[in-house]
Amino acid sequence: MAQAGGRTMDVTFPSDVEILITRTVDAPPHLVFKAWTTPELVLRWWPGRRGEMTVAEMDFRVGGRWRYVMLAHGEAEVAFHGTYREIEPDARIVHTEVMEFPGMAQDGEDGAVVNTVPFAPADDGAATRVSIRTHAGSREVRDMIAQSGMEGGVREQFEIIGEIAASLT
Amino acid sequence: MARAATTADAFNAVAEPRRREILDVLAGGERTVSELVELLELAQPHVSRHLRVLREVGAVEVRDAGRQRVYRLQPQALKPIHDWVSGYADLWADRFDLLDGVLGDIQDQESGH
Repeated sequence: MAQAGGRTMDVTFPSDVEILITRTVDAPPHLVFKAWTTPELVLRWWPGRRGEMTVAEMDFRVGGRWRYVMLAHGEAEVAFHGTYREIEPDARIVHTEVMEFPGMAQDGEDGAVVNTVPFAPADDGAATRVSIRTHAGSREVRDMIAQSGMEGGVREQFEIIGEIAASLT
Repeated sequence: MARAATTADAFNAVAEPRRREILDVLAGGERTVSELVELLELAQPHVSRHLRVLREVGAVEVRDAGRQRVYRLQPQALKPIHDWVSGYADLWADRFDLLDGVLGDIQDQESGH
């Protein structure tokens, strides 16, 4: 569990090929949607603390493509791309996401996951419950993601049990 | 969530809420089947079935202690899940922290200061 500003992020497993991350943020849905879909705002939060984001291309319409490039700390570029499948303004985005590997076409969708991201009003509309449901599509893709070593930091494997338990509420 | 046990892998084992409860209990130390039945308030055949799935994926280990069978957690079997979760969850925790700042800024802009 991660705490930030009094808000708790929940991680659960809806099935064996999905991860569901849920977090409430202190802003109404239309602003969260704006932060999610405006390139210059995406640049500020999407890389997390893993590096600098250098490219945020978004053809934000159903069937449109997106591509993000990040410069990981002192290392090579890491790029991600995908396609928007569903867009409900201020309410929901469904898109594919694939991590690019050397030699891969920039429009390839092999190994893509599908992210479903609803923005639900909370606290009478003053806050937003954001969910990110990542569907790996198959166990093969899921295992590939697990093995790609997304450098989550070295932690005791026991910790997973605690995280799972904490998410059981 | 009903699936044939033969299709189980570590993710499947953990995706089932009751099996997560068993893993959670075992994270606190080894337990006999009857202790698990009592703690989980679940019928013995159900507990035994879940334990069988967990054994098949290597998430628990069993040993005989007199007439009792004692189950113990084997956390390394859960490493693939750990890797998947740590990749996504750590990243998203950081993203949300940064997003909080971005939202604060655009909220100020919208309210016209």
